[in-house]
Amino acid sequence: MAHAQALTEADKDRFYLTEDHHPENGTLLGFWIYLMSDCLIFAVLFACYAVLGRNYAAGPSGADLFDLPIVAVNTALLLFSSITYGFAMISAQAKKVKPTLAWLAVTGLLGLGFLSLELYEFNHLIHEGAGPQRSAFLSSFFVLVGTHGLHVTFGTIWLVTLMVQVAKRGLGVEMKRRLMCLSMFWHFLDVIWIGVFSFVYLLGVLK
Amino acid sequence: MSAASHDAHHAHDDHGHGHDEGGAHGTLKDYVIGFVLAVILTAIPFWLVMADVLPSHQMTAVAVMGLAAIQVIVHMIYFLHMNSRSEGGWTMLALVFTLIVVVITLAGSLWVMHNLDTHMMAPMPHDMREVP
Repeated sequence: MAHAQALTEADKDRFYLTEDHHPENGTLLGFWIYLMSDCLIFAVLFACYAVLGRNYAAGPSGADLFDLPIVAVNTALLLFSSITYGFAMISAQAKKVKPTLAWLAVTGLLGLGFLSLELYEFNHLIHEGAGPQRSAFLSSFFVLVGTHGLHVTFGTIWLVTLMVQVAKRGLGVEMKRRLMCLSMFWHFLDVIWIGVFSFVYLLGVLK
Repeated sequence: MSAASHDAHHAHDDHGHGHDEGGAHGTLKDYVIGFVLAVILTAIPFWLVMADVLPSHQMTAVAVMGLAAIQVIVHMIYFLHMNSRSEGGWTMLALVFTLIVVVITLAGSLWVMHNLDTHMMAPMPHDMREVP
């Protein structure tokens, strides 16, 4: 009887801890708040583009410049990298180091593919004389899309760092927390990209 | 009774994943559903614009932005695992606050700058290709 009593006490304790999802420390919440502040940066850049996006200064417009098939491939690359990161997280939850590393590597390669296509596009635009200094439209375009690309660059560097750490130290609680932060960052970048391809590219080609 | 509840919790623990780190985790099903929805919601706007399906550009623009908004919500739920309970509701609170600031920033900028434009544009030479 006393034994049963002890068990229920222990259960109550555990029940409270597991169901409340109380964070042991605030890393994930803090990281989420960082993402929200990043979201504000992008909101301001989107606002800039919305205001300046039609000021062509007699230069080329989005309809002249944007190559939708490239944008579609870029979108597909980011979307695929999102789900491969999801697979990496699932492998990490199951404490399987090798599949986690493999999925992270695939994610990183997709990210690199995205970056190289974007650099190719920027290079192409600048060589056509449609660099950031050409018009207010192109300035705001390069800043908005470039900032997103910079985020993807840092995300890829972070991903490689975590791959090295996972390979060396395995999948402890800390490592899962780090992977979780990068997961939020990576998916967040995909959310921003939805805004970019819809608002900048698709609507830019329309008019 | 206590033994039964103990078993139940044990099963929960076995199934569960390090609850100590407090994050929300997706299942394979979540990711696949989210991915399929995202692919559909991406393909439709590209198709609408590239094949020029709708009769007016205005309608296409509204459809593209509407689908983008839906896709953002899909990503939030299936990839970022947002719900009103994670971190005791604080992530949702931060998100709502951010959205309010974003809406004010976007709507305010467009509104003010549009007003400025309409006041400034009239006497200027029409050297721009597009004048609102």
